[in-house]
Amino acid sequence: MTGVEKRFGTTRALRGVDLSIRAGQCLGLVGRNGAGKSTLVSILSGLAEPDEGTVRFGGVEPPRAGDTARWHQWIATVFQHSMIVPDLSVAENVFLGATPRLVSWREMRARTRDIMRDWGFDIAAETPCRELSVEQLQIVEIARALARGAKCVLLDEPTAALERDAGRRLFERVRQLTDGGVAVLYISHHLEEVFEICQEVAVLRDGELVLTAPTASLSKDDLVAAMVGEIQTDSPERSRLTDTPKAPLAKGDVVLEVADLTSDSTRGRLSGVSLEVRAGEVVGVTGLLSAGVATIGRVVAGAAERSGGEVRLRGRSVPSGRRDLAQRAGIGYVPEDRHAEGFVAHLGVAENATMTITKRLSDRFGVLRPRSRAAAAAPLTAKLSLVSSGPGQPVGELSGGNQQKVTVARTLAHDPSLIVAVTPTRGVDIASKELLLDSLADAARSSGAGVLLCSDELSDLEICDRVIVLVRGEVFTEFTEPPFDRDELIIATEGIAQEAAE
Amino acid sequence: MITNSPAVAAGSDGGGTRGSWLRSMNVGVLREVALLPVIVVLIIVGAVVSPAFLTVSNFAGIGEQSSALGVVVVGESLILLIGGMDLSLEGTYGLAPMVAAWLIVPISAYGVGTDWNPYLGILVLLAVGAVIGLINGLLIVKGRLNGFIVTLGMTIVLAGLQNGIVKAQTLFNLPQSFGYLGSASVGQVPVSLIVAIVIFAATGLFLRYHRTGRAIYALGGNAAAARAAGIKIDRIKIGVYVTGSILAAVGGLMEAGRVSAVTGQQGYQEGIIFNVFAAAVIGGVSLKGGRGNMVGAATGVILLGIVQDILDLANVSNYWIEAIDGAVILFALFLARIVGGESTAEES
Repeated sequence: MTGVEKRFGTTRALRGVDLSIRAGQCLGLVGRNGAGKSTLVSILSGLAEPDEGTVRFGGVEPPRAGDTARWHQWIATVFQHSMIVPDLSVAENVFLGATPRLVSWREMRARTRDIMRDWGFDIAAETPCRELSVEQLQIVEIARALARGAKCVLLDEPTAALERDAGRRLFERVRQLTDGGVAVLYISHHLEEVFEICQEVAVLRDGELVLTAPTASLSKDDLVAAMVGEIQTDSPERSRLTDTPKAPLAKGDVVLEVADLTSDSTRGRLSGVSLEVRAGEVVGVTGLLSAGVATIGRVVAGAAERSGGEVRLRGRSVPSGRRDLAQRAGIGYVPEDRHAEGFVAHLGVAENATMTITKRLSDRFGVLRPRSRAAAAAPLTAKLSLVSSGPGQPVGELSGGNQQKVTVARTLAHDPSLIVAVTPTRGVDIASKELLLDSLADAARSSGAGVLLCSDELSDLEICDRVIVLVRGEVFTEFTEPPFDRDELIIATEGIAQEAAE
Repeated sequence: MITNSPAVAAGSDGGGTRGSWLRSMNVGVLREVALLPVIVVLIIVGAVVSPAFLTVSNFAGIGEQSSALGVVVVGESLILLIGGMDLSLEGTYGLAPMVAAWLIVPISAYGVGTDWNPYLGILVLLAVGAVIGLINGLLIVKGRLNGFIVTLGMTIVLAGLQNGIVKAQTLFNLPQSFGYLGSASVGQVPVSLIVAIVIFAATGLFLRYHRTGRAIYALGGNAAAARAAGIKIDRIKIGVYVTGSILAAVGGLMEAGRVSAVTGQQGYQEGIIFNVFAAAVIGGVSLKGGRGNMVGAATGVILLGIVQDILDLANVSNYWIEAIDGAVILFALFLARIVGGESTAEES
């Protein structure tokens, strides 16, 4: 197979990017939110046309943009958001868009089985996709790419929704693919992953390709420096607790009491969790995805029903499953999935950022002036360094990191006495990530709010004063002394007791 | 400090090169006036078709005929904005004035014989609207039933009740105070038109400047996000269904006053619900919720009113008028989609 080469030169989102991937190579693509990765992905997937420059597959002109069926014979993309039709079977999804006019079910299933067998995947062709896990859905998407005979697979943030083990299995599959002569373009915010499976890495910054080099010749710091640009290279990890240990916390009053909480949520059940958060304290909750980490956040914030137990804020019981009442009681909520729950895409930045405080901003007749809205939003967006063309710009047009800042701004706006943040930095670049975490820690320090940070992202936990580890919906252990040891945390989330515990 | 420029951030979402100058202008304003040229063209066509078109009395007539529809369009637009739909506004438009008139007019005019005070009748009319809206709202929001099928079923129930109560007779002899809203005028200007304009303006301002109005946009745009921001979405949704039905009842009262009678099939017979949806959609109110405003909805109503009037003046044969009417509305929908640009497109 000949090499795959792509050239671009569009004006804004991408400025003259030259990039090539060879067969059997895994190329990592990294860059901060807004660096142009999404644009690159949509051009490579044949969804958008470059304004200038060309894309070539093995020296051949590509099909017209939009003719996705023909693009897929060359390159297939596994997007961040699943492109699987849940009500169809695995076989139908594998052949989605490529089914012949007359469908032979038997042949379709047989070919799906062949692909699964050839690549060592283990999913029955008849299974409805609704019943599959996120990991299995990704395999179906990869199988779809292989079924078209794609020579190049583009993985966009593939581990974002995967547990650690599943992620490791995915790496195995990526290696299989490259060994089989397939080119892989791997896009990720997680630099460790890039170092682990990519032979080469390309860095995008402000639409320009600033670095392409073999991973072996680079250190993590080099990569961060290239992503962030020279201005910030000196302190890319400034908020690490390991560097600047916080003064021992003066224990405030108990803000949140959770007693014997149970929930039947399908996305991780809880069976009797009790914990406390004090004023000014940042408490982390972590564990595997299925351990109920997100569930406890949702339940405490009133976004999901609890089936038993008690949630008390400043001694007062908070009713189950009533987000509005929980907020009025003083619980702020940064939801897990910002696209689904974090903002209204076509409304403006200011309106979204002040959505929680419309009552405070309006007069006694309920009249809310846009000017007072903008005035209230300005300090919040400034504090979070939110980049937008103005308070009226629809949030849907912002980059992922800025969208998440809007969601956090909305939460900080109503001065909550407890902030529940669920995976607040997922899919967010390193610089925004630090800003977001700092803003949460700062809210705890300056306003005395308690923070319940529910995340499976270990780097989020660096701002925590304590970390509680959940295993299968129960409190497994608690780490009370920052800095927390990464390996110990990982071992604990797997439910393995510390032998060396004293 | 974040160093990337806004242009890059916007561009990465795929729409960058197409003109930040367009975005820097208020796109909402552009869309609101998008139908104005169409209306101007229609007025020219009308003037050519008939010399009677460009007269004050003709425009007063258009206003009188359109105001009942317009008030219902306000109600439907509110419901569309929260991402719902209500087909039964048509039934409420007929049943509410029917029940009220039935309690008011004497037995000789097919009333029930209670001979109630007309003002009490108007209260009954509003209550009937509120109750229907409440039932719809509870079934859809609390019962989690699909709004399309619930309100379709409700339409049939209401039309059946309306016809059944008076056994297909027509109530006439409506007292003057009951018909005032639909029949009186101040000088040349019909009272119904003034009331409709006030309702449009008040609703428009409410949507733009009231916190509940903003909450309607938020929950129509993304209900989960609105909920996570502490907005009481259930209560607002039910409130909107109730308000929509009350407005439909008021529209029905205007129509009853205009023709000074209530037939057993008012609303249902003319199939006004199609015109209601058409006016809203032509005016840029999205069937998916969260997008649209009262200026647009009003333009949609005016456009339909003028079309109707031109068809009347052109002496189109009665047998064909419905087919032509429907075709013109379909064409207007298409036209509104073209002039309205991408923002009026429904996602495929």
